[in-house]
Amino acid sequence: MRDVAIVSFAQWNGIEPERNEVEILRPVVQEAVERSGLARQEIDFTCSGSSDFLQGAPFAFVLALDAVGAWPPIVESHVEQDGAWALYEAWVKIQTGEVDSALVYAFGKTSSGDMAEIQALQLDPYCVTPLWPDADSVAALQARLFLERSGCSDRELARVAARSRRDAMDNPFAVAKGDFALEKLLAEPCRVSPLRDHDCPTHTDGATALVIAAGERARGLCERPVWIRGIDHRIDPPALGVRDLTRSASTSLAGEKAGVRRDRLDFAELSAPYTHQELILREALGLPASVRINPSGGTLCAHTLMSCGLNRIGEAALRIARGEGDRAVAHASQGPCLQQNLVCVLEGE
Amino acid sequence: MGDADPVKAIVTPVRLEYQCSAGRAATRFLRGLAQRKILGARSRPGEPVYVPPRGADPRTAELTEEMVEVSDRGTVVTYSIVRVPSENIKLELPYVCINVLLDGAGIPFFHVLQNCPLEEVRIGMRVRAVWVPDAELAPAVTSIRYFEPLGEPDVPFEEIEEHT
Amino acid sequence: MARDLGEGVLRGLHVLEYPYKRSLGPVLGPFFTALREQRILGIRTRTGRVLVPPAEYDPETGEALDELVPVGPGGQIVSWCWVARPRQKQPLPHPFAFALIRLDGADSALLHAVDAGEESRLRTGARVRPRWAEEPQGGIRDLACFELAE
Repeated sequence: MRDVAIVSFAQWNGIEPERNEVEILRPVVQEAVERSGLARQEIDFTCSGSSDFLQGAPFAFVLALDAVGAWPPIVESHVEQDGAWALYEAWVKIQTGEVDSALVYAFGKTSSGDMAEIQALQLDPYCVTPLWPDADSVAALQARLFLERSGCSDRELARVAARSRRDAMDNPFAVAKGDFALEKLLAEPCRVSPLRDHDCPTHTDGATALVIAAGERARGLCERPVWIRGIDHRIDPPALGVRDLTRSASTSLAGEKAGVRRDRLDFAELSAPYTHQELILREALGLPASVRINPSGGTLCAHTLMSCGLNRIGEAALRIARGEGDRAVAHASQGPCLQQNLVCVLEGE
Repeated sequence: MGDADPVKAIVTPVRLEYQCSAGRAATRFLRGLAQRKILGARSRPGEPVYVPPRGADPRTAELTEEMVEVSDRGTVVTYSIVRVPSENIKLELPYVCINVLLDGAGIPFFHVLQNCPLEEVRIGMRVRAVWVPDAELAPAVTSIRYFEPLGEPDVPFEEIEEHT
Repeated sequence: MARDLGEGVLRGLHVLEYPYKRSLGPVLGPFFTALREQRILGIRTRTGRVLVPPAEYDPETGEALDELVPVGPGGQIVSWCWVARPRQKQPLPHPFAFALIRLDGADSALLHAVDAGEESRLRTGARVRPRWAEEPQGGIRDLACFELAE
């Protein structure tokens, strides 16, 4: 296996209705490329993650190439998934030896369309989508099962929310942030019982980009490359009624294959859009209580649908590069109720 | 109860609404159309003028902030005769789609050709835009109704070859 | 037509609409045919597990499945959530529950709506029965929703 490291990372989250996707993405891509130390033309491969459903037009993702520059023609690929899976494809391409570096980017404006209806389209089109269950309702079904199985209460969920929002105060790219007293959060009515507003993600628009490079290339580019020591992704069956929604078998398996527990972890960035999902993921990865979760505030505090998983990986890499930890696990998720999960183990030199 | 025929298919309509931002570049272009102007943009003098502008040069991602008015006359660089009906297209069949290189532009512009017998449509022919009446001008690409033959001599193929 | 907000950027409504007529095949065809006749079918796997809605392939082994069996019509709530502010396209115009329901004879749960009237009447394990649409159209909403059966 070739050693591959993250050598730069840039992101932006927020709502600026006047800026379209290219305008949001371009400065972020520029920043990631500049910080990488590589010239745009020296990056061998470009891979992106986004969903055309957020823009409402097939092949909408192609327009994003205006933000990236594609002349002379570039080697490029795209996944209709969170950018974390674009990172996976880029990592695989480096493993094949065909390329030595890659630009990975992701973007999405959740503010353009109706997220409740858009996300209902990822469900069974015959038997479930025609009922138009919104994502909060679907997550709430999982939450109730989890609370009943685990013995946790809404208090544990509120703790996740309060801690995340407090940590998010240090993250200029988080959108939900602040110091909220537990009792105040618990006094709020449910949005979709058993979930309250704070248990649900705060949607925003965003763009993210990072550059990865292989072995000696990476060492030449930055002081402290952040090595991808393991990366794996697994998927559970799509039907909501056939699997145990209170456990994430795909996360456990991906974590095992990525080697999460081979060594001590300093922190974890888990992409849990809902508070109860953080608890499910924590259990699935077997993280000890000593591992700090989501120092960035997590996906709960800035949910862009298609770049928040990549943001977890980038945030983890940023902290390691700054010396705020040596080894971390970063996670991304797609689909209803944590259906598909990617786990990545990062380590600084 | 019900018919004897088994259910073989189900209809599951999807309708999604989006609030789209045109972005700065397209906004300038559309406002130009409302004033009977076709505006392109380039990163700096000497670089191609992109019509419609997209805010960045697609080759290099450099911003294209300089707006440049191009002519509403140009040369057909390729065309297609459409015989297939579509619910959204209100033109009489068959109709002709063209890529027209407007004078001053660096890339062709997509539109529709009318008032030309099919057998006379050709690469190199000179055409001009037919606008809606002034009172109907709006920030929309439909401010140009269609293109029609201009009656000038054809442009030799070698001069437009790179755009065909 | 784009809205001109003066000197600001133009914004406009874009509608994406597709009719989507979906072919059903040998498993879902009989399922929706039965539904139109107020019957619910599941499918049995080689190990004897009954899945509702019926799946073409066993999610655990990938084997093709074809043994359709009747289930329900009643069942039990496995999980539920209270939709206090229903959306226009959802099954009921007043507050209701989405629930995972294990129909009698099934081993997996079906997601559907429960018209419980009040949130306090809901609990995991509650028995429910289907309410059928007055005029079936062919589709999951021929089963309009479930009602509490206690």
